[in-house]
Amino acid sequence: MKPARKLVLAFAIGGALALLPGFLSLAPNRLATGAGVTIFACAPIGAVAIGVALAMLAFSAVRSRSWLTLTAGVALLVALPLAAGAGAATLLHHAPPAARAELGAGFWLLSCIAILACLDASAALALNALASLAVAATLAAIIALIAWTGRLDALSLAHEFATHRAAFWAAFARHVLLVVLTLAGACAAGIPLGILAWRRPGWRPKVFGVLNVVQTLPSIALFGLLMTPLAKLGLSGIGLVPAVVALVLYALMPTVRAIVTGLDNVPAAPLDAAAGLGFSPLQSFVRTRLPLAAPALLAGLRVVVVQAVGLAVVAALIGAGGFGDFVFQGLGQYALDLVLLGALPATALALLADALLTLAAATARRATG
Amino acid sequence: MIELDAVSKRHGAALAVDALSLTVPAGAITVLLGPSGCGKSTTLRMINRLIAPSSGTIRLEGRDTAQIDPIALRRSIGYVIQDAGLFPHWSVAKNIAAVPTLLGWDKTRIDSRVAELLRLVDLDADQFAGKRPNLLSGGQAQRVGVARALAADPKLLLMDEPFGALDPITRRDLQAALRRIQRETGKTIVLVTHDIEEAVLLGNHIAVLRAGRLVQHGTPLELLEHPADAFVRDFFGGAALGLRRLSLLPAAARARPGEAPGEPLRPDASLRDALEAMLARGCDRVAIGGAGVVAISDLLS
Repeated sequence: MKPARKLVLAFAIGGALALLPGFLSLAPNRLATGAGVTIFACAPIGAVAIGVALAMLAFSAVRSRSWLTLTAGVALLVALPLAAGAGAATLLHHAPPAARAELGAGFWLLSCIAILACLDASAALALNALASLAVAATLAAIIALIAWTGRLDALSLAHEFATHRAAFWAAFARHVLLVVLTLAGACAAGIPLGILAWRRPGWRPKVFGVLNVVQTLPSIALFGLLMTPLAKLGLSGIGLVPAVVALVLYALMPTVRAIVTGLDNVPAAPLDAAAGLGFSPLQSFVRTRLPLAAPALLAGLRVVVVQAVGLAVVAALIGAGGFGDFVFQGLGQYALDLVLLGALPATALALLADALLTLAAATARRATG
Repeated sequence: MIELDAVSKRHGAALAVDALSLTVPAGAITVLLGPSGCGKSTTLRMINRLIAPSSGTIRLEGRDTAQIDPIALRRSIGYVIQDAGLFPHWSVAKNIAAVPTLLGWDKTRIDSRVAELLRLVDLDADQFAGKRPNLLSGGQAQRVGVARALAADPKLLLMDEPFGALDPITRRDLQAALRRIQRETGKTIVLVTHDIEEAVLLGNHIAVLRAGRLVQHGTPLELLEHPADAFVRDFFGGAALGLRRLSLLPAAARARPGEAPGEPLRPDASLRDALEAMLARGCDRVAIGGAGVVAISDLLS
């Protein structure tokens, strides 16, 4: 048995145990701490479904049936929210109106197991980026459909979504805007800087030295540090502008590094051939070096985007909006489901950007042989 | 015709090429031969100005190449390198079309030229035109490399260790193909190698270089029969020199009328082929198709 499969098995057993303490937790209101409820007490049918999926997972892990592992993992990821939704509805049926049914440790542990199993299986099956993305998209669509039909409405998280519906979509739009502006700024400043550093190796220590210092600054400190100079320039120290400036500063390091290493690591033979056949330096750059560096450049872009999605959460601290608003509001009120309302979609956004850019890099790698 | 006149290339204090003068005749294969580091690749790359000479002049059909725009110069000269250096993101056809595209040929002219070149290098157009370089074997890739270099019909082809990375069997195939292509097209070819067998097989002329200097320049036979010094003699294989010489001499020229047992050799067999046949058959004479008989004593004259 391979180590990864042992891991899956260990988690399957651990997850079965995790069914016992708290699959959901029932709290008297959204701010109070809840008490754990077993899945058997609130969703017996769900418990059976999850039990079957876990048994399938354990069996397939022992027998090294990767397709079965993937199927069981996906089934578990569908069964878990269904069971949680049904369990929450049962719990609230007998509870006072202010009561909240929250997702408990058991739910999260089982979700982790299911995701690990899916990742392990897709690695064992050597699924390519497109196939992995297709599996993830199908799963996301199923869960979205379940949510759409109202089966998750009893969960506290759904309550938070319902009360913040308008703000949620505004935060989503703002978060995407922050990332897009960061990306645009990182390209506008990073591409010329990257090409300069690539063409003048003597400048690299200086360029990377400065960018390294920026990268080392804690994000909150950088947001704070920017307030004064921006105020001197007549710009507000809070809001969208300083947030984008800070995010761009953070994005410069991975952007410039990706450009320099990407352009440097192009194989020498095609470049020699291009020069010898009479490509001008610009033609050689545009037709040979740039396309051959594309996979590395896209891999660098992936780092930039994923980092920007994560850091944009912190940007809410200086009033830039985005999903960070929910996170910090939730932390302030100790309403953990509100934190999740910001954290979960931000995570999903990062994963989506990661998957799409991995796919793009894989396509580019195929295109460059 | 290419004339190198006292050409030197200096790297800091070291001289990679030292006052090299050499005339490369048109319509023939000239091999630049020597151990690694002797300056042969540097010399080749100075001809198309990928490397600028530190001093001296290089004339191409009488014109000083320093006076020609380097980009235009390179487009008028074919260039083949060791690992083919195909553009991995382009199909075989697009690779071959590289220079015609730069020169702004129209599509129909490019397409027919690509088809013509694939025929010339013995690759099936239907099978190979759309293929990506990563799907080609080393030999196929280098055939495409040669086709790409010939695309704009240059008079001169520069080849830098073109078959160095290939296995012996593929190398022999490509060497034969190059000889045929040179015969069919009449190109002037300058080929760099450190492989003495390749030099003797392909070269109409061989220039032996050592430490950036020209040691000897002549036909393979001249070099084998009259090596200028101990270096050339050793480089050409010392004791094996006599055998190499035999491989350059046609057997038919020494044939006399007569009878010999066994299958006659092909009319273009060399004296070395004749000797090998005699050794294999355990007899002292062998028939050469259409020319008569060569005996073992005839090898000595």
